[in-house]
Amino acid sequence: MAIVTASKKACSVNPLKMSQPIGGSFAFMGLRGAMPLLHGSQGCTSFGLTLFVRHFKEAVPMQTTAMSEVATVLGGYENVEQAILNIYNRTKPEIIGINSTGVTETKGDDVEGFIRLIRQKHPHLEKFPLVYVSTPDFKDAFQDGWEKTVARMVEVLVDPVEAGAARDLARVNVLPGCHLTPGDLDELRTIFEDFGLKPSFLPDLAGSLDGHIPDEFTPTTIGGIGVDEIASMGQAAWTIAIGAQMKRAAEAMQERTGVPFRLFERLCGLIPNDEFIAFLSEISGRPVPLKYRRQRGQLADAMLDTHFHIGGRKLAIGAEPDLLFDLSSMLYEMGAEVAAAVTTTTSPVLERVKAQEVLIGDLEDLEDLAKARDCDLLITHSHGRQAASRLKIPFYRAGFPMFDRLGAGHQLSVGYRGTRDLVFDLANLVIGDREANHQPTPDTWRTTDSGLQVVPPQLH
Amino acid sequence: MSSLSATIQDVFNEPGCGKNANKTEAERKKGCTKQLQPGGAAGGCAFDGAKIALQPFTDVAHLVHGPIACEGNSWDNRGSASSGSDLWRRSFTTDMNETDIVFGGEKRLYKAIREVIEKYDPPAIFVYQTCVPAMIGDDINAVCKAAATKFGKPVIPVNSPGFVGPKNLGNKLAGEALLEHVIGTEEPDYTTPYDINIIGEYNLSGEFWQVKPLLDELGIRILSCISGDGKYRELAYSHRAKAAMMVCSKAMINVARKMEERYGIPFFEGSFYGIQDSSDSLREIARMLIERGAPAELMERTEAVIAREEAKAWAAIERFKPRFKDKKVLLITGGVKSWSVVAALQEAGLEIVGTSVKKSTKEDKERIKELMGQDAHMIEDMTPREMYKMLKDAKADIMLSGGKSQFVALKAAMPWLDINQERCHGYMGYIGMVKLMEEIEKALYNPMWAQLRKPAPWDDAGVNWQAKAMAQMDAQAAEIAADPVRAEEVRRAKKICFCKTVDLGTIEDAIAAHGLATVDGVKEHTNASGGCGACKGRIEDILVAQPAPVLQAAE
Repeated sequence: MAIVTASKKACSVNPLKMSQPIGGSFAFMGLRGAMPLLHGSQGCTSFGLTLFVRHFKEAVPMQTTAMSEVATVLGGYENVEQAILNIYNRTKPEIIGINSTGVTETKGDDVEGFIRLIRQKHPHLEKFPLVYVSTPDFKDAFQDGWEKTVARMVEVLVDPVEAGAARDLARVNVLPGCHLTPGDLDELRTIFEDFGLKPSFLPDLAGSLDGHIPDEFTPTTIGGIGVDEIASMGQAAWTIAIGAQMKRAAEAMQERTGVPFRLFERLCGLIPNDEFIAFLSEISGRPVPLKYRRQRGQLADAMLDTHFHIGGRKLAIGAEPDLLFDLSSMLYEMGAEVAAAVTTTTSPVLERVKAQEVLIGDLEDLEDLAKARDCDLLITHSHGRQAASRLKIPFYRAGFPMFDRLGAGHQLSVGYRGTRDLVFDLANLVIGDREANHQPTPDTWRTTDSGLQVVPPQLH
Repeated sequence: MSSLSATIQDVFNEPGCGKNANKTEAERKKGCTKQLQPGGAAGGCAFDGAKIALQPFTDVAHLVHGPIACEGNSWDNRGSASSGSDLWRRSFTTDMNETDIVFGGEKRLYKAIREVIEKYDPPAIFVYQTCVPAMIGDDINAVCKAAATKFGKPVIPVNSPGFVGPKNLGNKLAGEALLEHVIGTEEPDYTTPYDINIIGEYNLSGEFWQVKPLLDELGIRILSCISGDGKYRELAYSHRAKAAMMVCSKAMINVARKMEERYGIPFFEGSFYGIQDSSDSLREIARMLIERGAPAELMERTEAVIAREEAKAWAAIERFKPRFKDKKVLLITGGVKSWSVVAALQEAGLEIVGTSVKKSTKEDKERIKELMGQDAHMIEDMTPREMYKMLKDAKADIMLSGGKSQFVALKAAMPWLDINQERCHGYMGYIGMVKLMEEIEKALYNPMWAQLRKPAPWDDAGVNWQAKAMAQMDAQAAEIAADPVRAEEVRRAKKICFCKTVDLGTIEDAIAAHGLATVDGVKEHTNASGGCGACKGRIEDILVAQPAPVLQAAE
């Protein structure tokens, strides 16, 4: 069992963590026709926006209440009202998702109250979907922002269902954590559909940020789950939550609609997928399609082929709790040692990470630990690149943001296939590093502690 | 008789080879390896063998004269390491096309040599003959000679087209090319009484560097390593060495013996795999050098280094003991001398439940029996299925073997470690043995195995292929046991001599019919043991087990 500690440093150096509000905005990006709105100063939005754009290489909708100094002191009601009206009039969104920031939380704006007033004042907005989530920057992290926002979406947007109401047995609600990529969601969608199930993903980033070329220009999100579909999620037979962070939303769903849920904390690795596929087979009443039996065999074989390279590696990983837990557990199961684990925020999964300790800290901590513990594989997001180059160890980018490589949205880790590709990528990385940096030389095994004098060849 | 076939005959007539000496005159002419069986051969060809043997010469341009298949399909596939030039890893081939086949490829070859010299200016070029140009009559010897004269650079023909035989023969033909064209053509700047040649060492994964520092420390100079991390000039003056070590494999025995014959360089056959072997080899090198004039104090220093390194290695191995307690190893290897590794594994606390003696000599087998007791399961030649059964029955925890049998273990979700070529870790010398232990520990304790052994949740635990294979084998065994006639058939069908494909029944019949009492007698009548000779021991056992020959009087 890992001991979870928090860094005692006053100064965070090379942060691993991204802020909570943009985690919230990120969740809203998985809704169709949505405009995420940060209630804060302009910079709150623009920094987040830049990160998303660099990560996805896509136009990302995100707005700000543009709090000025005066507004911040006096309260942001006007700014929120203005922002909602402007967005409503200009971009014709289907939903506006509002997250608070450090600035407005410090002031203590009662945004729920603002929204009630705005609805009263502007009757045409009375039924307009507005979801507000309190996500101060100074608390928690990206993953928490996502967690709270999705839970709130369920509470606000899903229609309550009476206990005895008929359910659509083929319908499944899927609540994915923010550690899954659009590519992961598409992979999962295919798996669900292969079992004859009809999944509703909340949020569905695969519809909006999968990098497709849209048919028309829209200032809001270009895809994702619609508000109407969210409303009807109570008719599903099951809710499947992926990642411990989604437990809160799943519980909210169960409370509101009675839909039972099953939480899958991990979907990377052999056994987690065995459990997942077996569960789908059970709820769908269908045998496991040949396709997945084959994929399972492929993964087993990939594990055999790659364990020579992954086994024994000392992993240094910096990631948000669910991603950290998922990837590090998979690598532990392949024989790697989780020598340094740094994360951003608390989570019940952390103590189950297969490491001595998990530190809630920054990339400086990760770098120091990796160095002290002789780690030879680094996994974290793109900001780890400087550490990697100083440590001179192979570096695999995972998590958000990934701004210096392409295809972040399509990187897979879920399913048999996703795990298979991931272990191949990692093993290839290790092989490449060995070829580039660890070729043996005549001096590789030369020891200096011989204690005997070296006798040079004598002329004859 | 063409010069190539003469060379081949010469190579076959290798007095330095124990196996060869074992043969009759007629047998020897047939060649030193089993005849290739169409549809049943999987090994490499003579070209492959020649290339493998010579390619580790690092500063040489290796130019393959032939169509793209020979080089295009095979280049950059060896893990030898170089401390200097990387020219050896560049692939040069004439990539012969249809026109060349019709009009001859000599001109193209000549031009290719010129281009290589212009672009890379190597100290020498090795030109490899392949089947197609050999068939159409391209005379690479003449082309090489002309090019060498024209460009003033050694251009060495390596005449070992694939169809002349297997890989093993190619190794030797490569050696012949060195003897004929390279060795003795230059002189070293200076010599010392501590100069040795290492023959047949390829520096795979750079593992020879696990040993070389010890030689350096002793002041022993490797005048030339043939061919790992070798350089052309060193090879050319290698005839000035005082002694030579032929590393384990017999691939280049002709080079070692002929250098002894021509230049009076004595050699011994040794190995740096295993702690005991490493020490023995160091001692033998010192002994030979002293015999050739090096000061006797070399032995004291050698013993000191051996004592220090052994102590270090045993101490390092100590820490694996608790981890290896009650763990069982199935060791299947031909290349690495089994018993030497056996001793080290046992010292680390591993129990050896079986070991292959396929390429081991009789003494090796005795040694293994001594180390492991009479019950030691010694494996000769097994089908993958049998190997799997052995893994299961013996409850081995890990299998160590060459690359080819890995899938038996891996697909059965058993830990496995490659201890032959194509591996990425060096296991040589004292350091290498400790590294081997590390790798075994890593493989044994990988949590992956438990996961892989679990059946898919939707599968019945008993119906995986492993279980099916086992059930089939058990059923077969039961069936055979129930039918005495079949059982006898099966018993008699057991192959004894793998080279000549002779089964137990044939040998028993011959013994009974002719009242044979010696292995030679059996060989005369059945051809058994006429190949590599490894089955002599088995035949002796059979002779002992036979009832006293009835027809002895008639003999």
